[in-house]
Amino acid sequence: MLVRFPDVFPLKPCRYHEVTGAGSYSFAAICCGLVSSRVLWFAEGWVPEVLNPNGLQAYCDPHQLLVGKCGNAADVLAATEEALRSGAVPLVVAELTKPLTLTSGRRLQLAAEAGASTGLMIVQEGMGSNATQTRWRVSPRYSADVSTLMQWELIKNKAGTCGDWRIDWNDEAHRISVVSEPVQRANSAHEAY
Amino acid sequence: MKHIEGAFAVTAHIKNADRLVCLNAAAEEHGLRRGMGLADARSFCPSLLTELHDAQADQAFQRRLVRWAQRYCPWVGEDGVDGLFLDVTGSAHLLGGEAALLHDIRTRLARSRLTVSIGIADTPGAAWALAHFGQGCADTGDTLKAVRGLPVASLRITAKEDTTLQRLGIKTVGQLADLPRATVGQRFGASVLMRLDQALGHQAESISPEVNAPVYATRLTLPEPIGLAKDVMAGVERLLPPLCEKLMRMMAGVRVLSLSCRLVDGGAQTVELRLARPLRDPARILPLFERGIGEIDAGFGIDQLRLVAVQVEALPAEQTTQASQGQSRQDDGLHDLITRLGNRIGLENIQRFLPADSHIPERSFIIAPAAWSEVGGAWVSLTPRPVRLFPPEYVAASTNRPPGSFKWRGMSFKVGRVTGPERIAPEWWLEDENWRHGVRDYWKVETREGHRLWMFHTPQSPGWFVHGTFA
Repeated sequence: MLVRFPDVFPLKPCRYHEVTGAGSYSFAAICCGLVSSRVLWFAEGWVPEVLNPNGLQAYCDPHQLLVGKCGNAADVLAATEEALRSGAVPLVVAELTKPLTLTSGRRLQLAAEAGASTGLMIVQEGMGSNATQTRWRVSPRYSADVSTLMQWELIKNKAGTCGDWRIDWNDEAHRISVVSEPVQRANSAHEAY
Repeated sequence: MKHIEGAFAVTAHIKNADRLVCLNAAAEEHGLRRGMGLADARSFCPSLLTELHDAQADQAFQRRLVRWAQRYCPWVGEDGVDGLFLDVTGSAHLLGGEAALLHDIRTRLARSRLTVSIGIADTPGAAWALAHFGQGCADTGDTLKAVRGLPVASLRITAKEDTTLQRLGIKTVGQLADLPRATVGQRFGASVLMRLDQALGHQAESISPEVNAPVYATRLTLPEPIGLAKDVMAGVERLLPPLCEKLMRMMAGVRVLSLSCRLVDGGAQTVELRLARPLRDPARILPLFERGIGEIDAGFGIDQLRLVAVQVEALPAEQTTQASQGQSRQDDGLHDLITRLGNRIGLENIQRFLPADSHIPERSFIIAPAAWSEVGGAWVSLTPRPVRLFPPEYVAASTNRPPGSFKWRGMSFKVGRVTGPERIAPEWWLEDENWRHGVRDYWKVETREGHRLWMFHTPQSPGWFVHGTFA
């Protein structure tokens, strides 16, 4: 049976997930917007690209974000694991610059289970770990009508098959809607979740 | 402290010369006195030994004396750099009267080899006069009799006033007190009269006691050295409650704790715990120490633990309601997590965003350490802003409008739709190296490949840059 979008998103809790691709930051921001509590976001301090709260506010409340600047990749993993294990926040996001090994992925999975919180790793293409629950590839898509269209590909799923959706972010309603592929069904209405 | 036989003085560099600040009896016998230049002093007494003056140590010692003197009365003030004022009103009888009190102070200080001169009188002024010129106890109610024979310098008047009085033949306090007040006032101004009145009790003078900062420290000395992390934790578990009780009494919470473990071979190991919020709950602080204590190298064993609250903040008691309790428990969990993470990656590295009032994209928000800031302010943005910002990256193009195609980070892009321009001018009142190209016209550029970029053109020195990415 093919996987349905509501089965895989919002992300399964008590697990850790991976996202890759050019649109991974807005994906992470949308996930932050779905939880009503504080979110911890870890990144390495030397990375020149920084989050812009003024841009994030389209997706989530920047006041909910606590950003941890770590010295190196190992610190990011250690801090993420500790935050997941404590269960003090429902969602922990981490930007990784190095490949995630099976061992560290498994550790994150166990920590997420122990703390009943969700982890989301932003990884580079092909640098994920097999221990992840799901892996998404998110890329922005050009469309003549809207400027918020994205392609969400589920490229790994532990509990089902993979999938591929076109997602539109609605700025006013602050939610996503799944858009049908125009090539498959012409004149289709937006199918909202 | 080293005992020195023979002439000895402490010197300091005052008014362009090394001068004697303090000297011992043997040095005084050679005719030296305070304020004398060191070169002169050496010519009087070639065998003079000297040491440089350490004002800070002196002050610290004076503080310690103030704290010690509180055994006699609760009201102890400092007098200059070398004296103490004790308001013993109502507490002298506890030691059997003023004479007995004097004797007690003398014997105790003599035991620690301090030379003191003490005076007791009805007024601070008279007591000061007695202490500096004569010593002893003045009879209650008869201050004038006690100070009558003392030189006028004992009234704490300036050196100039002292010289003038001497020249007029007024040598003692008694002589000055006998003069008609009007003439003294006319000749010397109010200050001499004020000092005289203060000494004789006609004018009130208060002494201002220094409030000792409470010391938040506890110590545990062990008969046998310990080396297991579990044992150190047990030690800390004993040290915390008295410390927290004291914090509770002072309505304070600790922000930085330092645990020093003295090793049997003389070394010491220190664990510092920086907390995300002021705390005074032993049950919450104790588990936070686990990581730091695990890293101690106990060597041959630890025989003393000392726990000091290095940084303390006010933490008044707060009323809790049934509804707020759940929320506060959740917050407690988060703060404990921030503390633990802070001890790993640095407490100032856990940050939050705060809105700032600026149109410059990089300055439209502040990054503040979460442990020292509160959530506040509303996020306002009139036009869409990118999710990620980075230092501007150059793009080769020469048009005024966004180019039809361009290369960025090794990728080729065809432009699909552009939105803009939004002109942002530099804040001229702030010098900013990044804005030396002048005004910027920002465009949201949507490429056929999908990437949505935030690009800007600098018309004043033409060039195209990518500054951020949407999505």
